[in-house]
Amino acid sequence: MDERAGATIEAQSLKKVYGNTTAVDGIDFQIKPGRVTGFLGPNGAGKSTTMRMILGLDLPTSGTVTVNGRGYQGQVWPLHEVGALLDARAVHPGRSAYNHLLSLAAANGIARKRVDEVLEQVGLTSVAHKRAGGFSLGMSQRLGIAGALLGDPGALLFDEPVNGLDPEGILWIRTLMRTLATEGRTVLVSSHLMSEMALTADHLLVIGRGRMLADMPLSELIARNSGERVEVRSADPQRMAADLRAAGAQVTLEPDGTLGVLGLGSKQIGELSYERGHVLHQLRDVTASLEEAYFRLTGESVEYRAPIPVAA
Amino acid sequence: MSAQAGTAPRPRISLDSRLRATALSEWIKFRSIRSGPLNLLLTAAIVLLGAWLLDAQTRSGWATMPPGARASFDPIGTTFNGIQLAQLFVGALGVMTVTGEYTSGLIRGTFLATPQRAQVLAMKALVFTVVVWAWCTALSFPAFFLGQSILSSPAKHVGIGAPGALTAVFGAGLYLTCVGLLGVFIGVVVRRTPAALSALFGLVAVLPFAVNLLPSTLGSQVGEYLPSNAGEQAWHLLPGGAYMLGPWSGLSVLIAYVAVAALAAFALIRRRDA
Repeated sequence: MDERAGATIEAQSLKKVYGNTTAVDGIDFQIKPGRVTGFLGPNGAGKSTTMRMILGLDLPTSGTVTVNGRGYQGQVWPLHEVGALLDARAVHPGRSAYNHLLSLAAANGIARKRVDEVLEQVGLTSVAHKRAGGFSLGMSQRLGIAGALLGDPGALLFDEPVNGLDPEGILWIRTLMRTLATEGRTVLVSSHLMSEMALTADHLLVIGRGRMLADMPLSELIARNSGERVEVRSADPQRMAADLRAAGAQVTLEPDGTLGVLGLGSKQIGELSYERGHVLHQLRDVTASLEEAYFRLTGESVEYRAPIPVAA
Repeated sequence: MSAQAGTAPRPRISLDSRLRATALSEWIKFRSIRSGPLNLLLTAAIVLLGAWLLDAQTRSGWATMPPGARASFDPIGTTFNGIQLAQLFVGALGVMTVTGEYTSGLIRGTFLATPQRAQVLAMKALVFTVVVWAWCTALSFPAFFLGQSILSSPAKHVGIGAPGALTAVFGAGLYLTCVGLLGVFIGVVVRRTPAALSALFGLVAVLPFAVNLLPSTLGSQVGEYLPSNAGEQAWHLLPGGAYMLGPWSGLSVLIAYVAVAALAAFALIRRRDA
């Protein structure tokens, strides 16, 4: 494992308790450079709290979290190491985008021309001297990202970056995150939107009720939590179904003759077909969507569950 | 863009340059919202108009003023009495310098850039002190000369060289700076604008009236040590009664209040989640 490049974010037994509520319940993780790590979980699962602890804004009740081996509060001029977009609206409404960024840059000894560069990069040059209070959510989001990029940091954290954005903005952020990871940076992005995660993340941390439920590549998460459903098409679906049931599988027969099989893998089904003399037209493993995998994983840990309405 | 920006060993950054960077950042924030300069202009307008109106009123009523009142008339205290109103604006500026960041959420951005929170508060207070002190002191001189020229003979007036006059002029700037700083630190402790403003205004403007409701001697004794009553001795020439501290001891009492608020602010800003 090469841990030299970029910045590694590491948590050990990280815990945060607010009053009687345990927001983060002793989690461990290691976020590595060069890939987009998705931080997935329902609202209230502890994603934002964890990010705030990484950034030294909330102090852990116990445990530690470090960036490049150091706690955030011990960093000098940390914008060079870590950039973060937490809440796009967290800007004084009366201050211009330019002055907002200039004050952040000054605090970390970053040159004035870098402010112009990041404004250019996020496409806000033309409104740089307008009051940030008049910005649309999309523009505020871009301003927040400009702030995160100011110090050209090795690690970037984005908390729910696509919330409230139009499709164009979503695409822009998605591309940006992929690019940043390709450049060798560490990218952590939190979301409760599975479709977004499926498109952006290489690696996933899944959190529920403050506990880490999974820490693995996206593909592995889906594979492990898929129901291993196999679709079978054969010359005689009825007889095939009977033989599969006899072998212990659960079988559904679709109107077009396709069989959905649970409980037997494609290898076993292939062998069974050969033994019984079936003519196979198709034998296909069906992978679950991230959404299906996620619900399988978090089924036990969704905090606020509403009964799912049944279509009449 | 370098791909491994976070890995390069950074040169050790001296404390001096860190403090200067934080101070520069706070200065940029201070000057880049309209309410800062606007508030200072209003303060100037109130102090100068106050000097003009209060002294013009005294001058026109001088002939009919009873001899006792003439003897105890304080030409400097009257000139600077607009400070009673101006302090609310300077105090509000102090409060909003801090609560504006908390209510907008910007404080998180500030702490992301500088996680050394005590350093942030210290530099914020320093920038505020330098700007407000320079402005209010610079403002006190024209107010003094304007007021004294309006009073003129036969009304009692003094020159800048009179004993205690220069002290009072500097005292005016120092007093306003202290009230503003009290606002800054109360803002850190309370974090919400309305509550912080209420706390500050209650302390400097309402409490002096409230203690008057106490039995007379007790009221005066307690009142003497209230922040505004004690501090305003600094911009008076004549002590206003038996229970009044002098200019410097009065100002010291006010500074003690500021110090207590500062202790609470520094303790809380480091411990609380942002």
